[in-house]
Amino acid sequence: MSDQALSPTAKAPPPSPPPRPPGSGSLIGRVWRAYAFRRFRRAVLVVFIVTNAGFFLMRAMPGDPVDVLAGQISQRGVSPVEARALAIQSLAFDPDAPIWKQWWEYFSGLATGDMGTSVTQVGVPVSDVILKVLPWTLFSVGAGVTIAITLGLLLGMLMAYRRNSRVDHALSLIASVMGAIPNYLIAIALVTLGSTVFGVIDFLKMRGRYSQGVEIGFNLEFIGDALYHGILPIATYTLATVGTWMLVMKAATTEVLGDDYVTVARARGLTDKRIALTYVGRNAVLPLVPQVAIALATVIGGAILVEQVLAYEGLGLLTLESVNNRDYFVLQGVLVIGTSVVVFTNWIADLVYGRLDPRVRVSDVEVTS
Amino acid sequence: MSKGTGGTLSVMWQGITRSPSGFTGMCLVAAILIFVFGGRFLVDHHNPTDADAIWKPMSGAHWLGTNFEGKDTFTKLVLGGAEPIWVGALAAVVTVIIAVVLGALAGYLRGRFDDLVLQLTDITMTMPFITVLIIIASYFREISPWMVGLIIGLLTWPFLTRSIRAQVLSLKEREFIEAAQLQNLGTMRIVFVDILPNMAGYIFINFIIAVTNAIYAIVGLYLLGLLPSTAENWGLMIQQAWQNSAYLLPRALPFLLAPLAMIALFQVGLVLMTRSLEQALNPRLRDR
Repeated sequence: MSDQALSPTAKAPPPSPPPRPPGSGSLIGRVWRAYAFRRFRRAVLVVFIVTNAGFFLMRAMPGDPVDVLAGQISQRGVSPVEARALAIQSLAFDPDAPIWKQWWEYFSGLATGDMGTSVTQVGVPVSDVILKVLPWTLFSVGAGVTIAITLGLLLGMLMAYRRNSRVDHALSLIASVMGAIPNYLIAIALVTLGSTVFGVIDFLKMRGRYSQGVEIGFNLEFIGDALYHGILPIATYTLATVGTWMLVMKAATTEVLGDDYVTVARARGLTDKRIALTYVGRNAVLPLVPQVAIALATVIGGAILVEQVLAYEGLGLLTLESVNNRDYFVLQGVLVIGTSVVVFTNWIADLVYGRLDPRVRVSDVEVTS
Repeated sequence: MSKGTGGTLSVMWQGITRSPSGFTGMCLVAAILIFVFGGRFLVDHHNPTDADAIWKPMSGAHWLGTNFEGKDTFTKLVLGGAEPIWVGALAAVVTVIIAVVLGALAGYLRGRFDDLVLQLTDITMTMPFITVLIIIASYFREISPWMVGLIIGLLTWPFLTRSIRAQVLSLKEREFIEAAQLQNLGTMRIVFVDILPNMAGYIFINFIIAVTNAIYAIVGLYLLGLLPSTAENWGLMIQQAWQNSAYLLPRALPFLLAPLAMIALFQVGLVLMTRSLEQALNPRLRDR
């Protein structure tokens, strides 16, 4: 907040004009490019280190894909030794090769975008395995978080405008309570209360991603069915995150409401609606932009538990399955994609935010150099 | 310095007791702690399997009915709370210690050490926490809850480290720190005796938040079935209830909903406490 005092004009509406395009040869342009590039290098380094950690951690785990596959094969009445040989044959990599060789094969593949093939679904490329479940997680989490943010921003502004009123106190309490309850417990409570206690939903029909027999495709039946099955996860993500957004937005709006330019706008006789939308709302939401990216990543991480409870086969359940089957490559793929998404959304959020609010960019250059 | 922390303590106490929601939160937490740690001495720890009393409804003999093995649900509820709470506290202690030491030293010393700490926080923050926890939990098949607490602590320190570093950065510019430096009091003394006590309240709030995060994680691991199923634990009760589809059976509901309510209420109590503590410690919020 101290920088606010330094540049009071920077917060005035309309939000500061966009800086000159990076292509221009001005000093600011060059600094901007260097800053973006420095952040990019750092992002790549972080992804590389996390991927390495994952690589070695998984290979250190007791049991390997060969054991799991051999176990499956020997159930068909093959002797353990033969099963093991068959399992090794069916793998696309040599599990007995020295670890540095495996490392080189994996990372040189990764550099060209090849994440290997799944061990459990023999021969299927990892990217296909992940792409099959990713849209479902993105859909349910995305819808839930979007609803939560929209609701949270509106209610948060309402709370800030009616500070210390009964509405504010009630909503603050609800927000704190909702934010405190773990998302998977919300899912369990929704199912139990909805199905057995009140009898309004039929969980046995609603579990999973879509009903059996429905064809995946762009048709009304499938979309309706997917939405029907999406109700529970979406409601869970909404309820689990809306409280935090309400409180964050309340704090941000309260902050802005105290600023001089709002008082000036009032003195100028602008309508309350105009002040709320263009003066208060915009400036309160702006600092929350980077938080949205981080929030999305956190919710996707927590999706494992919700998907397990609701039997919703998304990225989370795939992760769990790959851990249990020691499917190194799928798990690696999930880690690489998950980490990259977090790091690069942060990177983009940083840059976008830097364009929206020049103070951030300048202060970062000062701190890091 | 002692005056400083004493002042913080009384501000915190007033903040909690004066705000209705903070007071409610404290009562909730206290009630659950008494229920869990006092109740242990009042219930019969021997809770036998009884094939004739599976999924019995609530009654005088079984206050909350029985579970899928015919064990008394209420007894399990009393005994199942200690573990998640201890694990949560242990994880929080580990997180806070790492964060305070690294964050304070990084902010005070700057330079190479600061760069290293920032890089480490970047990397640790980026690792998908639950995924890494799942991998580690299945790495050690018979992992003890204590180990889980330790690991949770080792994975969750970056956020607090960053904010402590930021606060130390601004605190060290104050005059009293300059005075301490002129007296040549030594880095360790200045950081841990002169700077950190100013942040005692903030650190305490984050300790509570760390407890809630750790409880989220350990109950989640039980729910995924990744921890040994021998202990008495609310998370395990929920997992077993869910696996046995207890939610379909009205008379089995207490076995599912009772531990769920206990965890939810404990978390809510802790969060309500932190909210009013934050208000008490932050004059900017208090005046509004």
